[in-house]
Amino acid sequence: MSIQPGEKLVFGAPSTLSDRLTHYCPGCHHGIGTRLVAEVLEEFGCIKETIGVASVGCSVFTYNYIVADWVEAAHGRACATATGVKRARPDRMVFTYQGDGDLAAIGFNESVQAANRGEHITVIFVNNTIYGMTGGQMAPTSLIGQKTTTSPRGRNPKKEGAPLRMAELLAPLDGVAFSARCAMDSVAHVNAAKRAIRKAFDVQRQNLGFGFVELLSGCPTNLHMDPLSANRRVREEMIPYFPLGVFKDVTANEKAGA
Amino acid sequence: MSDERILIKGNEAVAYAAVSAGCKCFFGYPITPQNEIPEVLSKILPESGGEFVQAESEVGSANMLLGAGACGVRAMTSTSGPGIDLMQEGISYMIGSQIPAVIVNMSRGGPGLGSIDASQADYFQATRGGSHGAGRTFVFAPSTCQECYDMVQDAFDIAFKYRTPVLVLGDAIIGQLKEPVLRHAPRNKQDDKAEGWRVEGMGDRAPRLLKSVYLEDGALAARNEMLEAKYKAMRADIRVETIDTEDADLVVVAFGSMGRIARSAVQLAREAGHKVGLFRPQTLFPFPSEQLEELAKQGKRFLVIEQNAGQMLDDVRLAIRHYADADFFGVMPGIFVDAEELLTPILERMGGAK
Amino acid sequence: MAYHNVIMAGFGGQGVMLIGNLLAQAGMEEGLNATFIPVYGVEMRGGTANCTVVVSSDPVGSPIIKRPLATIIMNLPSLEKFQPRLHPDGVQIVNASLIEKSNLDPAKKTVFIPANDMANELGAPKLANMVALGAYIKATGCLPIEAVERALNHTISSHYAHLIPLNAKALQAGYSFKG
Repeated sequence: MSIQPGEKLVFGAPSTLSDRLTHYCPGCHHGIGTRLVAEVLEEFGCIKETIGVASVGCSVFTYNYIVADWVEAAHGRACATATGVKRARPDRMVFTYQGDGDLAAIGFNESVQAANRGEHITVIFVNNTIYGMTGGQMAPTSLIGQKTTTSPRGRNPKKEGAPLRMAELLAPLDGVAFSARCAMDSVAHVNAAKRAIRKAFDVQRQNLGFGFVELLSGCPTNLHMDPLSANRRVREEMIPYFPLGVFKDVTANEKAGA
Repeated sequence: MSDERILIKGNEAVAYAAVSAGCKCFFGYPITPQNEIPEVLSKILPESGGEFVQAESEVGSANMLLGAGACGVRAMTSTSGPGIDLMQEGISYMIGSQIPAVIVNMSRGGPGLGSIDASQADYFQATRGGSHGAGRTFVFAPSTCQECYDMVQDAFDIAFKYRTPVLVLGDAIIGQLKEPVLRHAPRNKQDDKAEGWRVEGMGDRAPRLLKSVYLEDGALAARNEMLEAKYKAMRADIRVETIDTEDADLVVVAFGSMGRIARSAVQLAREAGHKVGLFRPQTLFPFPSEQLEELAKQGKRFLVIEQNAGQMLDDVRLAIRHYADADFFGVMPGIFVDAEELLTPILERMGGAK
Repeated sequence: MAYHNVIMAGFGGQGVMLIGNLLAQAGMEEGLNATFIPVYGVEMRGGTANCTVVVSSDPVGSPIIKRPLATIIMNLPSLEKFQPRLHPDGVQIVNASLIEKSNLDPAKKTVFIPANDMANELGAPKLANMVALGAYIKATGCLPIEAVERALNHTISSHYAHLIPLNAKALQAGYSFKG
């Protein structure tokens, strides 16, 4: 989109983002998460040397939005595929962009093992507590009592276990250089998320280990809410169970030690 | 590289061949009877500047392989049948995304945990695509340690020539057997020509995407038609060994370790004055159907010998169906047979001992 | 055409795999074709073990042999298993140190050699396997004994290289045995 005489650009899209409509539903936070990743890759000036690994779920079409080389992984295997990519091309920036069913259920083992090996990759994990693309089934991160199409009486921790807190779970692993949880429901939270994503790519740039950011997201469609209510749910129901914060940052420890 | 022969196991030959062919990444998970492959590679691959990763599972191995293959580097995994089960997902995605890779199956007995003994019961799994969605892999079937070496080298060329996963199907006998192997540089190493499709960071060109999902109207149909055309093109690389088939009345058809035991049996039959020959497919997919049909046209009879209940038998029958039928002698997985035991069914078809 | 096959069997730890490897290595170094295939018990230690070696001037077809032309039998369970299978024209090398003569089938051609006792006399109790292999080479003429001695250099790991002369001595003792 070109600027006409007399117009002044006050807010544009990063050059790393393609000029096409997303398939995301109105009020979904995926668009924000995708944009934040695109912004960071632009700011680092590394998009031409970046290889994205796409996952399966609503996140699958991220390859249509971030303009880079991409390879599509099987459901849950993005961290394994990214391992293969990074081992073959250690000189490239490699990242995955995955949802909660993909990373924390079917791909739990691949994700945890890649983190434990300290693969030099960046993993962006969008947690909206539900399977979006398949139509609102229970996710490993669904909240206790949350009604979904496969937990019509609400998630029962006695039968289905408690929601997995991935950012905390991964942080203690020696291979993990950075692990944080952020949200995208407010400007302040979005800004914090951007800083965390920068950090998660930066630890890869420095070959420090596995960089991980969990992004809490609304899913108005499958939660049957309007976008504002979905936003409110992030604040009032998700954050109390999934606290925001940095759970591991090896660069901070270095500074503290220095 | 030494031109001297060394006495090594088939598994070790696989490992040395991979490095000599320029394999840069190996991903694998331990399973008997192929453990010498990752054990040797964990030592020699890093020494040659490659990456060795012991994966968390064969699910991990196959999907790591996909990632490395997508970058256009020569990459390999090895396992045994139960591991191939877990790899089918990754293999299907590699076929769909046209990603080259080499996968070695030193197969063992099944179903289930089965045994670690020799078996050829993974023939269907190997040649029918194995996974959902009708994909096929090119399949080599070595019967000697030297063939393990040569075919693994060639498997990388084939993988890149057709942008496809290539399976090397051995078994517990081939993997554990030691034989003299001549190590050599690849004889006809082809240019991988990966610059045109690999992911590497887009630089100043348009971005690339390697994927297997095709949702637009007609896109998946076109994709499948392209893949089918590729499977047909692969027929240019069919290989078969024939011994004494010209004047044979009976042609024994066998592959892999049974192929070499059958060779001894055919020799014993010849020594006993019977006109018997051997037809040993060295590629199982594509299958040497035309070569077999040619023999059928000449009025020969056929005896298929396999260490399973009859799998390659289907391909033989399809190949010769207009002219002949095939007889079958099966050895159950886990049973070791020698040449004398295979001679008996051959002589029965030749009207008994002379 | 030269063609020999042999099954070597004993307890795990008696070194049958080592002499199987040695024979195949020697055959290869002599420019022949050779195969070596091991069969292990499920135990990691202490079980029975056997291997089959084929040495041939032609390419080796079957590496699996059910009625061997020769056997090297280091213990009684192995004799019970393989004596009935020995080819009618075959020869068995039987370890007289651990097996009573009454177990032998008089119809089978046998070299009955006290391999452990002879190894002990050499001050090398672990080398009964080499003594037995020497006797096998003598009985079959499969390869020159010198070729087998030379092959020790590529079969014995460098860690035990200092024991190669003793191994050669044990081979010679078996080769020179007059039963």
